[in-house]
Amino acid sequence: MSERVTLPSVTEERPPRPAPDRFARAEPGRALRLGLVRTGLETRMFFREKDQIAFVFSIAVVMLVILASIFTTRYRGLDVTVSQVYAAGLIGTGIMAVSFQNLGISIAVERDLGGLRRLVATPMPPSAYFIGKVGSVFIVAVIQIAILLGIGVAFFDLELPSAIGPWLTFVWVFVLGLASMTMLGIAASSVPRSARSATAVITLPFVVLQFVSGAFIPHTDLPDWLLNLSAVFPLKWLCQGMRSVFLGEEAAVLELTGDYELGRVALVLAAWTVGGLVLCLLTFRWKDNRTK
Amino acid sequence: MTAVRVRGLRKRYGGVVAVDGIDLDIQQGEVFGLLGPNGAGKTTTVEILEGYRARDSGEVDVLGMDPGKAPNSWRDRIGVVWQSTADTPELTVAEIIGNFARYYRHPRDPGRVMEQVELTEQAGKRVHALSGGQRRRLDVALGIIGDPDLLFLDEPTTGLDPEARRRFADLIRGLAAEGTTILLTSHYLDEVETLAGRIAVIARGKIVAEGSPKTLGGRATAVSTVQWVGEDGLHTIETDTPAKAVADLYAESGEVAGLTVTRPTLEDVYLKLIGADDE
Repeated sequence: MSERVTLPSVTEERPPRPAPDRFARAEPGRALRLGLVRTGLETRMFFREKDQIAFVFSIAVVMLVILASIFTTRYRGLDVTVSQVYAAGLIGTGIMAVSFQNLGISIAVERDLGGLRRLVATPMPPSAYFIGKVGSVFIVAVIQIAILLGIGVAFFDLELPSAIGPWLTFVWVFVLGLASMTMLGIAASSVPRSARSATAVITLPFVVLQFVSGAFIPHTDLPDWLLNLSAVFPLKWLCQGMRSVFLGEEAAVLELTGDYELGRVALVLAAWTVGGLVLCLLTFRWKDNRTK
Repeated sequence: MTAVRVRGLRKRYGGVVAVDGIDLDIQQGEVFGLLGPNGAGKTTTVEILEGYRARDSGEVDVLGMDPGKAPNSWRDRIGVVWQSTADTPELTVAEIIGNFARYYRHPRDPGRVMEQVELTEQAGKRVHALSGGQRRRLDVALGIIGDPDLLFLDEPTTGLDPEARRRFADLIRGLAAEGTTILLTSHYLDEVETLAGRIAVIARGKIVAEGSPKTLGGRATAVSTVQWVGEDGLHTIETDTPAKAVADLYAESGEVAGLTVTRPTLEDVYLKLIGADDE
């Protein structure tokens, strides 16, 4: 049992290393650098998971093609078609899919399969993990929006604004919308008890919100109580903000209050971003469910 | 030098006591086996040492620090081999090893680590396409990529075929020869017996025995059983002095049939220690 074993040639003298600094200071540069490394890794993993792409990436595209093809009528007295309303509003769906749904499911799976555990045992700063998630979601979201806008413009008469104003609105609506949905996705990932249940647990609220927030059904067709309910959640405001960018002032009369309420859009999305961040900090679990 | 020093470690979950006052000393460069049945408190103990779980009470010192308060840089010197990489199916072996290398401040060279765990040929393969044994070796690669001073191994050879097990044992001995302290946990006796120089048996949250595989539980000096077949059937005596018993037997009866002298096997000792023979 105690025979000497000849080792492969990789054995070498280990240089003595300094003891770890007991008062090692926070290294924000390191967290950022590793966060960018993780962004690349996360993005690569996302695009290699064919099922994930089909599920998360294409839902808004498929809904856009189906809904905007079925409902093509023009609103009375307006130069706006139902297709255009869909094309603008479904950008909100796309943003929520690549952030909330994508992260809610993928982090839950990662946690259940031991990925988070493995990472937290390394000296990688935990913030690098979140930077990686946010970074990759940003990249995927930009691609998602480019595809949705491309389809909208090519097939459903969506018009890209020519003035700078709407584009500035687009940028802040996009950033706040994506940020709030990303925080909520990370927070929601703690809800599923296992990888197997993750898809069901995360997808149900996702789909319900699509219907009540006027993404899948024109908000003009929804009863008041549903609209009031959806006003609590960020998706309605995200879609509304996107409609303001792509449908123009004329179509504001289609909104519930006859106005895009951009101030309120900013307020609600910002509140969800901050609230979502607090929720993440309070509830995020690196441990899986089997280890109590 | 001491790599791990534990005194009076306790941990309970709700009303269930998982770890009930454990003392441990692991020297630098030692391969130490923590052996015990499922639910004995092995995993909880190791997770506390890894800094992954908080303890209720007791002193814990791992590489000169309290894992509960150690800074991020302490993790540079710790390696953990988890049970099976299933979380990154779409990354290649080289990608995941190269990526983990970047998390450490003084990593080993990824190419050499791949050589060491014999995954060089699989470098471009995605994790989901690896065999069970190859995945296990990838787990080891991720555990040692940071060039740890202390390596935690949880049931490392579970699911490996005998040849892979033998090579794995060589790998572990190689790491130990380089000066890496290794804490191995398992509920498989043969695994620990092959790899560890010293073993502690844990049962119901307590260390019930400690020693080398040869002396564990007083095995070297334990009561021997002398058996033979006489004219009236099988005789069995238990004795501390088996040589004398055989000599006396010869003086009395000359040659006897079916003579055997046996000591308890490590398995007998282990089962007795964990109380499996009570049931």
